[in-house]
Amino acid sequence: MYSLAERWLKAAALEAQEYVRLTLAAFRGTVTPPIYRHDLVEQLDAIGVGSLTVVLLSGLFTGAALALQSGQTLDQFGARPVVGRLVSASMIKELGPVLTALMLTGRVGSGIAAELGSMMVTDQINALRALGTDPIRKLVVPRVLSGFLMTPILTVISDFVGILGGWVVARFTLQVNSGLYWSSITKALYMEDVWMGLIKPFVFGFLIVTIACHVGLRTRGGTAGVGKATTISVVAGSVAVIAADFFVTQVLFTLLY
Amino acid sequence: MASRTTAPPDVEQDVKQILSETGAPVIVFDHVKLAFDDKVVLKDVSFTLIKGHTKIILGASGSGKSTALKIITGLLKADEGVVWVNGQRVDQLTEAQMMPVRADLGMIFQEGALFDSLTVRENVGYKLYEETQMPLDEVGRRVEEVLGFIGLAEHIDKMPSELSGGQRRRVAIARAMAFKPSILLYDEATTGLDPITATTVDEEIIKLRDLERVSSIVVTHQLRDAFYVATHMAVRDPDGQVRIEAATPEKEREAEFIMLRDGLIIFEGDADALRASKDPYIREFLS
Repeated sequence: MYSLAERWLKAAALEAQEYVRLTLAAFRGTVTPPIYRHDLVEQLDAIGVGSLTVVLLSGLFTGAALALQSGQTLDQFGARPVVGRLVSASMIKELGPVLTALMLTGRVGSGIAAELGSMMVTDQINALRALGTDPIRKLVVPRVLSGFLMTPILTVISDFVGILGGWVVARFTLQVNSGLYWSSITKALYMEDVWMGLIKPFVFGFLIVTIACHVGLRTRGGTAGVGKATTISVVAGSVAVIAADFFVTQVLFTLLY
Repeated sequence: MASRTTAPPDVEQDVKQILSETGAPVIVFDHVKLAFDDKVVLKDVSFTLIKGHTKIILGASGSGKSTALKIITGLLKADEGVVWVNGQRVDQLTEAQMMPVRADLGMIFQEGALFDSLTVRENVGYKLYEETQMPLDEVGRRVEEVLGFIGLAEHIDKMPSELSGGQRRRVAIARAMAFKPSILLYDEATTGLDPITATTVDEEIIKLRDLERVSSIVVTHQLRDAFYVATHMAVRDPDGQVRIEAATPEKEREAEFIMLRDGLIIFEGDADALRASKDPYIREFLS
């Protein structure tokens, strides 16, 4: 008989092994036929266009709040006019990618885990296999590709509306001149920052979707299991995004700066 | 490993020849064993399904009935034993190698397992739309034909959630038969249905067996449905009308019962032999 710790370790190792297997199978599925193009287009729309509202709103208010907070702090040093620098640097390097990824974890990750989980507990995944379809190619590959491609695009949009939200606050609350705000944004921005802001979302998008697919496809135990899978997907996805942010930032600092 | 993909062309030809004959074994289960951790589901199960015949697997919940079907379709792998489907050994095949085997194998899952984001038309034509090169208008015709066969043509554009339980099971049968497999596996196709609706599903099973010459394995714990399928036959009148009537003694013998208990076969024989069994467990099951 296994002790509790042994059982936990065994289960954790199995989860890790299955996650790696899924990601490898998904990778194989992206480079070898068949590719279900119709499902890919559907997922690009669902993950990309479908997440636009939540990304726009979260980006706008984050940029606005950031300008408000930093404006107060910068006032102590008489540096209110450089608020744009702070907003752009924070949004592009850190807040834009991370907050967009967290929003996508909540919206896309939970949706994928719930959908695939429901398909698992109602035997739809087995039905797909019995009908000669590989569920990884049909369900996982289009979602992973869409998450990988759309997260950076959504992040760029979030960065832009965040800076726009910062401008609204800077212009109408902090009374900073518009020209000063927009010029300070470009002054503080280096190409390395832009690369960092663009590379991170690729990693986050991949992590969010692969974790959600893995959790969804390992759902057991009826509707209660689907609920549990959805929660696990959001929690694991969020933690993975924040942890990956730290490690990717470390790596990019070494490589880019 | 013996497999059709690696077999020489003359052997492949022999296999096709044997399978085309009356009385050919289309599914062979040979001393199959399967356990999930400490729980043994199938201890030592052997049976053969003859072409055009019906095997009805009875047993209480957890006796390993559905597991046997999943092993045949390759959704589960047996720990020991050999499984042959249409002349191909499937117990050692990979998921990718199983795909051609599944092309001639249809399965009806418990509760139907219809894709709830697709319409009835898309569900029924799924395999033809997604996994074959068949022209779309031809797929459309086949879907309409199949739905007409099971009497659900008017529901073609509905979503599965708009159908009743019985209709969902019948659409699942239509989906499994759309690509004309020679073997159909029914996993508790009538469980949870009222007796009248269950009879309509039973009649579809009989019609497919007798009119389309489909070999079938019916897994159920509903005795009423098991005996109905075993003791009835479908006949097409000269005017094209299909009648379900009491089976002739020869036809009855084409339906064989298997009773599973704790992962072992405790009975194998026809409906009369099952009724005459003196085994206390079977007597209790039948009562």
